[in-house]
Amino acid sequence: MESVGSIILYFIVALAMIVFSVMAVTTRKILRAATYLLFTLFAAAVVYFMLDYEFLGAVQIAVYAGGIVVLFVFAILLTSKPGDNTERLTSKSRVLGAIAAIAAFLVCGYALAARCINFVQKPAMDTPTMDQVGSTLMGTAHGQYLLPFEAVSVLLLACIIGGVVVARKR
Amino acid sequence: MEITAIYYLVPALVMFCCGVYGFITRKNMIAMLISLELMLNAVDINFVVFNRFLYPEQMEGMFFTLFAIAIAAAETALAIAIIINIFRAAKNIDVRSLNEMKF
Repeated sequence: MESVGSIILYFIVALAMIVFSVMAVTTRKILRAATYLLFTLFAAAVVYFMLDYEFLGAVQIAVYAGGIVVLFVFAILLTSKPGDNTERLTSKSRVLGAIAAIAAFLVCGYALAARCINFVQKPAMDTPTMDQVGSTLMGTAHGQYLLPFEAVSVLLLACIIGGVVVARKR
Repeated sequence: MEITAIYYLVPALVMFCCGVYGFITRKNMIAMLISLELMLNAVDINFVVFNRFLYPEQMEGMFFTLFAIAIAAAETALAIAIIINIFRAAKNIDVRSLNEMKF
């Protein structure tokens, strides 16, 4: 049985996630879309905290809210005038998008309703400590992640070099 | 009231469908990238929820999400570099006007 506080928190977070993600794809001002994306990412971080993955929630806030959204805002300000409205959608593309989204919702919703509705309640779990997270990330034994960690570091290096090469002035 | 897995999966599903809708209807490249981020995040939430509810003694879903976040950050940085480059060449970032590869 959950406490009343966590149920209230859950409903706030779920509502925020749904409302802000809908607004992020329907607003006509691009800067507002980035702001709504930020709120959605915060809601996802709260979900991680609620599920006891505190390190993951902190990473979500630091990388997404701190890094990616700032990149988005910079790119938006570089490429469009603030206050610009995007032009109205044609009804054709809107219908196409709505059909795709509703079809995806129905198929996945059916699968969820058929399979996941009877999952047991949240089993007890110790929050992974920083010690555990670090040794899992750095170990080479079974179920530890040193190789992907190094691959990601090489990927980020390639990304830095690629970003500089692509965006520099010729 | 008990908050089970489905209560977390349904908002994530709605978020994913919003991403699909936005990716199809938006014409601005940055707005498309924002929709893509929504989809990526919905999938991340699914990984974490399944990890937490089905295999709470393991951390596979958590680490998959961790690496997915890192790769999404790299992807976004590169995509924005490409978008700024396109803006410099074509003076706008509307996907419909980008119908030639060489300027």
